[in-house]
Amino acid sequence: MITKRIIPCLDVKDGRVVKGVNFLGLNDVSDPVALAQYYSDHGADELVFYDITASHEGRKLFTDILTRVAEQIFIPLTVGGGINTVEDFDRVLKCGADKVSVNSGAIRNPRLISEAARLYGDQCVVLSVDAKRVDGQFRVFAKGGREDTGMDAIQWIKQGVADGAGEIVLNSIDTDGVKQGFDLEMLDAVCQVVNVPVIASGGAGGVQDFVTLFQTLPKVDAGLAASIFHFGEVEIPTLKNTLAENGILVRR
Amino acid sequence: MIAIVDYGVGNLFSLKSSLNRIGAEAVVSGDAAVLKNADMILLPGVGAFEDAAKKLRDSGLAEVVISEAKNGKPLLGICLGMQLLFEKSMEYGEHAGLGLLKGSIEDLTPDIPSNLKVPHIGWNALNITRPHQLLKYVKEGDCVYFVHSFYAKPGANTIATAEYGTDVTAAVADGNVMGCQFHPEKSGEVGLNILRAFCEMEAAT
Repeated sequence: MITKRIIPCLDVKDGRVVKGVNFLGLNDVSDPVALAQYYSDHGADELVFYDITASHEGRKLFTDILTRVAEQIFIPLTVGGGINTVEDFDRVLKCGADKVSVNSGAIRNPRLISEAARLYGDQCVVLSVDAKRVDGQFRVFAKGGREDTGMDAIQWIKQGVADGAGEIVLNSIDTDGVKQGFDLEMLDAVCQVVNVPVIASGGAGGVQDFVTLFQTLPKVDAGLAASIFHFGEVEIPTLKNTLAENGILVRR
Repeated sequence: MIAIVDYGVGNLFSLKSSLNRIGAEAVVSGDAAVLKNADMILLPGVGAFEDAAKKLRDSGLAEVVISEAKNGKPLLGICLGMQLLFEKSMEYGEHAGLGLLKGSIEDLTPDIPSNLKVPHIGWNALNITRPHQLLKYVKEGDCVYFVHSFYAKPGANTIATAEYGTDVTAAVADGNVMGCQFHPEKSGEVGLNILRAFCEMEAAT
């Protein structure tokens, strides 16, 4: 059967990983290629690269880096950030990305999901959603979680899947950065309405949070995190051993 | 030298990079002469069977792949490239493949419990059903990366399967004709080792 996936997320700005950290034997912790190689060697099942650059030069730098990563790392790569058109899909897929994650670009132009799914297949289109509780509702936020769109997250995700999104990344703004565990309530609400893989993001503070995630919500396919991996607070091989000891199927 | 068949289907960047990584000399080519000169042939593929089969035939490369395989040149089909080696596929109609392997490609959906998602995407464990050179570096239970909605039922040519509500053919071999349903170029060290094992084979003379 399919294993649960552990996915480190690398935010890249002007060619460097933001929040780069100290790893044993890694001289340049903000070098995206070196960090990606480190994670690939240490049990990551997939990598997410998020381009947080705004400038045109930065974007070119990002695709150059992506190419270098794809030349050296042979696990699935998902790329997000600044994906607004099918041309953006084309640009990163040519550099070796396997999946492309859309967020604000799909909010501005919901047809982006169906157009990309038709061209590249559902399995290629990841809908990433930043959601937060507002007035008893899970609300979609745009612009990196700064702007309330007023849209209901559950409806938005349902529609996204109907349009061809093959995977959902659900980032809970309420739990993000708090390190008290994933947002199980919000994730459960999403798992109830979609039949595509759901990736949990936001809130992981330690190994036990991943155990709780997969045990409480068997329908969640993957856990995504950035800082706890980057800061070495959770090492993926240790995490996977603990998951396996708890009867959760992982790749080792 | 390994020729990666370029017939306008999918992105061959990762595949070529993975061969470079293991020190193999690889060229991406849609030129019949290059395929004929190569020591081994890699047939990739993503997307729909009918479209890919048509492109392979229209480019004239289907004939070259078939004749080179029949001459004993090692041939490895990957993902849809593996499916194309079979006689036919039932993906949205019935479509002829290259016929180098007996059997057909079927829809996965009716054969698995309805709670399982299709496509079958993710890391799944290999069960080796017949020892084979291609899998000489693989351990039982090693995980590889799958992305597909149609599959070959296990048959005489199956050398490894993966369990996904049913036994899915993961790798096949009949003499010099081989295939992987999964993506070795996206399967980490296990995948690179499968490509390495393929590169270490020699043409039957």
